[in-house]
Amino acid sequence: MSDLPAEVEGWIGQRRYEEFGEFDVERGYIFSSCASVQNGNPIYWDEKTANEITGGFIAPPTMISVWFRPHYWSPGRTEEAVALKLHFDLKEKLGLPEAVMSDNTITFYEPVRIGDRLKTTQILRSVSALKTTKLGTGRFWVFDVEVENQHGELCAVESYTGFGYVKKED
Amino acid sequence: MSAITLDQVSVGQELPELRIDVTPTTVVLGALATRDWRPMHHDKDFAIERNGTKHVFINTPHNAAYFERYITDWTGPRSRLGKIQFRMSDSVFPGDEMVFHGRVEGVGTDDQGCGWVDLVIWLTVGDTTTTRCNARVAVPTSADDNPWKRKGDAWKPEPAAAA
Repeated sequence: MSDLPAEVEGWIGQRRYEEFGEFDVERGYIFSSCASVQNGNPIYWDEKTANEITGGFIAPPTMISVWFRPHYWSPGRTEEAVALKLHFDLKEKLGLPEAVMSDNTITFYEPVRIGDRLKTTQILRSVSALKTTKLGTGRFWVFDVEVENQHGELCAVESYTGFGYVKKED
Repeated sequence: MSAITLDQVSVGQELPELRIDVTPTTVVLGALATRDWRPMHHDKDFAIERNGTKHVFINTPHNAAYFERYITDWTGPRSRLGKIQFRMSDSVFPGDEMVFHGRVEGVGTDDQGCGWVDLVIWLTVGDTTTTRCNARVAVPTSADDNPWKRKGDAWKPEPAAAA
C-alpha cells in the first residue's frame, strides 16, 4: 500500500498546468545557447543553410525547455514563478526541501521555429517510496512535459526524474 | 563541419573526443542561456550550504545542449536528433575538465526509409563517468536525403517496439 499523501497519489496520470510560454521563440536566446556550448552548426547561424536544410531558422532541439521557463521577474507578480511547477509542488507536499534532477529524456517531433509560442502540460508518472542516497533521504519522482506549438503540433515530450530530499547531516 | 551519410557509419565506431575546461563562467553561461535562475547554478555559497555540493554545477538543459553539440559536430547539419536520454550520476563543477566520448551502438533504417544511428555517449571528469547518454539521431541515407523534411508518420523518433 502506498504511503503517499492521497492528494499526491491523485496527481499521478493527471494533466496539470497547461501553460503558454511567456515569449515567442527568438534568435537571441538561440545564439546565447549555441555560444554557451560553442555549437557552430550552420543551421543556427547561416540563413542560406537554414533555408536549404530546415526551411528557415529553427531552435536547437535541446533548447525545448528554454521556451517555457518564466521570467525571473515581471510586473504584478507577487511570488517567484518557477518552471516545472509540479516538481516544486511535490517538494512542498512531501516535505522535501531540497531537490535535484537525475535523469532527462527528450523525444523530438516537429522542430521549434522562430516566432512559435509553445504550450506545455505537466503529467506526474510516478513517485517512489522513501530512499536514502549520498545526498539524503527522500523520494524519486518521474514526470513528463508535453510541448505543442501554436498549430497544435507536438514538438517534444520531456521526461524528468527528480529526487526530493532532506539533506544528510554531516 | 562534417556531413556524414548512413553508409559511412558502422556499429562500434568511436566518435572523436571533445574536451572542455569548465570555469564558473561556463556554468553561469549555460544557466543564463537556458533561463535557469536557480541559485545552485550561479551562487557558490548556496550550492555548498543548501545543496551540499562543492561548487555551482552545470544544469540539466546545459548538459543536453553539450550532448547535442557533440553529436552534430560529428554528424553534420543534415542529421536530426530524434531522442536523447541521459542520467547525471555526478555533477560537473568549475575546475573540472569534461571529456565527451561516444560510440555507435546501432545503425539501421525504419519502415519509412529514415536512417537512424543509436549512440552511447559518456561524459567523464578524471576517472569518473558523471553522465551517461543514449541518443538516437536520424542520419541522411544519401547525399540527397534530408531527415529534417520528414513530418507526421514519416518521422518516428521512438524506436519500434521489439516484436
